[in-house]
Amino acid sequence: MSNQFTNPKTADAKDAMIQIEGVNKFYGSYHALVDINAEVRRGQVVVVCGPSGSGKSTLIRTINRLEEISAGFIKVNGTDVHAQGVDINQFRSHVGFVFQQFNLFPHMSVLDNVAGAPMWVSKISCAEAKEDALRLLVKVGLGHKADAYPAQLSGGQQQRVAIARALAMKPPVMLFDEPTSALDPEMVGEVLAVMKSLASEGMTMVCVTHEMKFAREVSDEIWFMDHGMLLERAEPDVFFAQPQHPRAQSFISDILQH
Amino acid sequence: MLDIIHDYWLLLLIGSYPNGPLGGVAATLLLSIIGIGCAFPLSVLLALAQLSPIATIRHPAIVIRYLVRSVPLVMLIFGVYFMIPALTGRSVTGFTTMAVTLVVFQAVYLAEIVRAGIEALPKGQTEASAALGMGYWLRIRKIVLPQALYNMLPSMVGQFVTTIKDTSLGYVIGVQELTYAANQVNNSVLTQPFQVFFVLSLVYFIVCFSLTQAARHLETRVTQQRAPTLVHLTQNSVAPAPMASP
Repeated sequence: MSNQFTNPKTADAKDAMIQIEGVNKFYGSYHALVDINAEVRRGQVVVVCGPSGSGKSTLIRTINRLEEISAGFIKVNGTDVHAQGVDINQFRSHVGFVFQQFNLFPHMSVLDNVAGAPMWVSKISCAEAKEDALRLLVKVGLGHKADAYPAQLSGGQQQRVAIARALAMKPPVMLFDEPTSALDPEMVGEVLAVMKSLASEGMTMVCVTHEMKFAREVSDEIWFMDHGMLLERAEPDVFFAQPQHPRAQSFISDILQH
Repeated sequence: MLDIIHDYWLLLLIGSYPNGPLGGVAATLLLSIIGIGCAFPLSVLLALAQLSPIATIRHPAIVIRYLVRSVPLVMLIFGVYFMIPALTGRSVTGFTTMAVTLVVFQAVYLAEIVRAGIEALPKGQTEASAALGMGYWLRIRKIVLPQALYNMLPSMVGQFVTTIKDTSLGYVIGVQELTYAANQVNNSVLTQPFQVFFVLSLVYFIVCFSLTQAARHLETRVTQQRAPTLVHLTQNSVAPAPMASP
């Protein structure tokens, strides 16, 4: 929580978990990301918000190279993600990613969903991986569902399993791409609660989300995007009270009306 | 009809073996097992090749697909039968010719099914496994194939049954399988072609039907294992319907 008292501008460069420098991305002639410069410090929780089609998801997906970039570079924990010859599987195994659509593996039990990657990618013994997986499932409140299959769970439960699955690789940083957007309203809270507890444990997090209450309470910094540009970076109190950019102002006033 | 079975069961079962090559049902089954057993793994590789992001792998695989699918099986059998001796200078038995042709032909058709199964999977499955650091082969082995093959099981079993039936085309190059044996029987009985070929059909039916049933049992078992509650629910919701009808 000390992060809130640190000015991001004076933060030591060594402290950066994610460094985004001059990133541009084109889909054909469409300019999806425009000159993005930003960094996320260790232990910082960043919420990326903005209207749909603003490039939020594209940006977060470039951080673990689910999307390629056209120019610039992204460094995560010292690794130049988009460099040629980078061991992308090795790199991705150290970055947790949570999808909007959960994307659990339907042919595997909940326990195997969580224990799979540590066994196959990190070559951890089966017994140890399952013990770890069960511990994580208990942590997200689903210890009793270990033997169930994804299709037997509610959306909120599936997303909590997906978070446990990402945590099983013991990543130092977690990326969330609209983790609650595909959920029924009554299930949003349980997923946000898990994310909150992760944040309080000091996990470095980047979350694309429309949950402004979560952004206000949990995040250390808000990134506001529109038309592929990162228009504003501010601490949540400042961002919600006095947004600087006109687009951010209209975005906030739109949200507050609902 | 029973007397035909009574008199010729051994010929229909194993052909003129051990005095001649193995024939009859045994040869048909052997051809089917080789055909399915070799074509299946080959079809998976072929499907993966067709979906490969690397053009030098993808293009030849697609060419093979179009070539084989545009030629009738009988032509392919003749082609292999006459071409291999011409190319290698050695004669090849009809059985080997038939086995090789079946494997190639069925692999291409099975590959279509496998490819459809892979393409039907949500993109998120590959993305989620990639995001966990799983490499290409790990994703294929643990995530993609277990789902794609299971989803395509009914279509694949249909293709397996086709393979069994296609072994009868070995008759045109004198492979001593079941149809060949039935024809031998017909030639010696002379007066009862309908009965002889009815028996032949019956044997094909029994073999193919058993395979279909076995596959259905396998499918139910896998389904139950993967989602016990779901199967339970569908069974319950289906069960009352016949009772409601008068």
